[in-house]
Amino acid sequence: MKYLDEYRDPKAAQLLLDEIRRITSRCWTLMEVCGGQTHGLLRHGIAAELEGTIELIHGPGCPVCVTDQAAIDFACQLSQREDVVLTSFGDMLRVPGSRGSLLDAQTAGAKIRIVYSPSDAVELARKHPEEQFVFFAVGFETTAPATALAVKQARRDQLENFSMIVSHVRVQPAMEALVRAPDNRVQAFLAAGHVCAVMGYQSYESFVKRYQVPVVVTGFEPLDLLEGILACVRQLEANEAKLENHYTRTVSPTGNLAAQDLVQEIYQVCDGAWRGFGIVPEGGLELRPEWQAYDARMRFTEPALPVIDTDECRSFEVMTGHIKPPECPHFGKRCTPELPLGAPMVSSEGACAAYYRYGVRTS
Amino acid sequence: MQNNDKNIFASWQMNCPVFIPENAECITLAHGEGGRLSRKLIQERIVHSLNNEYLIALNDAAQLPRIEGPLALTTDSFVVSPLFFPGGDIGSLAVFGTVNDLAVSGALPLWLTLSLIIEEGFPLTLLELILESIARAARKTRVKIVAGDTKVVPHGAADGLFINTAGVGELLTPIPSGAETLQENDELIVSGPIGQHGIAILAVREELGLEPLPLSDCGSLMRPVERLRDELKDQVRCLRDATRGGVAAVLHEWAEASQLTLSIDERSIPVSPEVRGVCELLGLDPLHMANEGTMVIAVKQGAGVAAVSVLQSLSETANARLIGTVKPRGIAPVTVCRTLGPEQQLDDPMGSPLPRIC
Repeated sequence: MKYLDEYRDPKAAQLLLDEIRRITSRCWTLMEVCGGQTHGLLRHGIAAELEGTIELIHGPGCPVCVTDQAAIDFACQLSQREDVVLTSFGDMLRVPGSRGSLLDAQTAGAKIRIVYSPSDAVELARKHPEEQFVFFAVGFETTAPATALAVKQARRDQLENFSMIVSHVRVQPAMEALVRAPDNRVQAFLAAGHVCAVMGYQSYESFVKRYQVPVVVTGFEPLDLLEGILACVRQLEANEAKLENHYTRTVSPTGNLAAQDLVQEIYQVCDGAWRGFGIVPEGGLELRPEWQAYDARMRFTEPALPVIDTDECRSFEVMTGHIKPPECPHFGKRCTPELPLGAPMVSSEGACAAYYRYGVRTS
Repeated sequence: MQNNDKNIFASWQMNCPVFIPENAECITLAHGEGGRLSRKLIQERIVHSLNNEYLIALNDAAQLPRIEGPLALTTDSFVVSPLFFPGGDIGSLAVFGTVNDLAVSGALPLWLTLSLIIEEGFPLTLLELILESIARAARKTRVKIVAGDTKVVPHGAADGLFINTAGVGELLTPIPSGAETLQENDELIVSGPIGQHGIAILAVREELGLEPLPLSDCGSLMRPVERLRDELKDQVRCLRDATRGGVAAVLHEWAEASQLTLSIDERSIPVSPEVRGVCELLGLDPLHMANEGTMVIAVKQGAGVAAVSVLQSLSETANARLIGTVKPRGIAPVTVCRTLGPEQQLDDPMGSPLPRIC
């Protein structure tokens, strides 16, 4: 298949693996930021091939994994209202909040619809004026343009039955939080290709300079990942810290300006609540005051129930590289995709799910 | 979007092949009450469409001739949404689904029962289209629909139409020995491109707007099974149509039954570009997606090539491939080799990514 098979060629992959092994003098610690990359590394057997050569820390770039429990709880709470249909990406349904998941709420009778695009939720609202449609807007800069567009569509069509629970997060502030942590182990980053496709990568220039850490914009297919890793290792071996783009077929320096404008128009940067991380300065997006009519927290003013603090999930330690998923005492025992303790076990981009699904064990 | 809210969607409105005017003749509760309207519906529409000597008697039970061998009996209910999908509809699915269950068990399908649970307000035109489709599928597989039932439930108590079929077949020798008898080095075959049905349903239900539309593989496996029986005789260990849970679910069941490892190579599994494209986009695995006319077959060591060439000579299984082998129990019950070649576990599909696919 075009645009796929050429990036999965086993022979080319083997050559890159050989080159990585050849030039690596010590076991460097790299972080692939995006959960899609984590799955690629495990699914295609790259993580297993590099075991002992390069350490890969599976970063926080799984939007479902870092979505704040309070937001999930509020989504569940709203979904139980008679007049509300809660719409969400399918990935969010199994993620446990402190009072159960959206799937639990659905089983108990809540009206929840999976949509593939925020615009689908707007379309539902248009077709069914008798119901209030709330879209659960989670995700990084990759999904923010689509949810921004949804809000604009709702205003254009004067829909009074559409609103969103906004829980968008921004990647770069989380990377900053990681490298600033006193126990940081990350020596180079594979930056998330899709986020860069939207945001460009110029903003990483200052990051690289300030923290003296290599950043390589990387794609998701086996050859993309291996190239990204090779580029990081080359820099580390040469004691350099540069910004490189190895996903040029998708990512330009400035990114998608139209999408950025859209996000700018609807959202403003705020401190973001990240599950496991706590508050990340400038790590979130919120609706600008002039768009707050579409904020579900404004529309449904009922007080949010307090979060019950029983989060046993150790995802923070996974996302900061302090443990690998199988080292978590709950992995595969109390925590499985059927009955997850935390989001990384259910999300299609979660590191624990990747380990569970592709059966990779650490030594 | 899941259709668990009657106010939001009615299945028959989705992907409907004909225009239904507002004043179209509809099924009413009276059609299900056993009186004149019921009789008229059954005689004029149903018996007429499915015309055969057993049904026409309209007795409480069909009286069937004695048959030689042991019997196979199966039943299945069909609640697919939408009712019409690219490559099939609930009617053809209800026949082929039950026929395939009999066929892969080693039986020659003979007779089917047909129960319709119809929602009040369902357009008669659509019922006729579905009955025609049932009749066509029955003719194609040479099974007779010999008994049936019709119920009408109030608006909102069902989603358009639900169908149950039960089927009786005659077990023919040699009967496949079953997954418990799998042995090391047995060969694994898939009869065609996988995941077509699941992706076809997903594409129309979610209005993914794909071009070309992925087609369901909804169809009969009777002929390929017959030919395998004739040509390979007792070389066939087991067969299974890979419906819900897809090929992965079948392999997991067989691994559990045999306590061996079933190992497949991703690169040899036939997947159409449409299915592959959707799966890559949405992060799905074709091995987990449902099929409705594609089976997994295990044959004894050395019989794989012959089995594949038998299948490839038939139009409905022209893309059959050898996909793997049976090994001693290793790292996991089912393993798959992907890009770089190392053996990895293949997950048992969990829950249904899509409810109501059949």
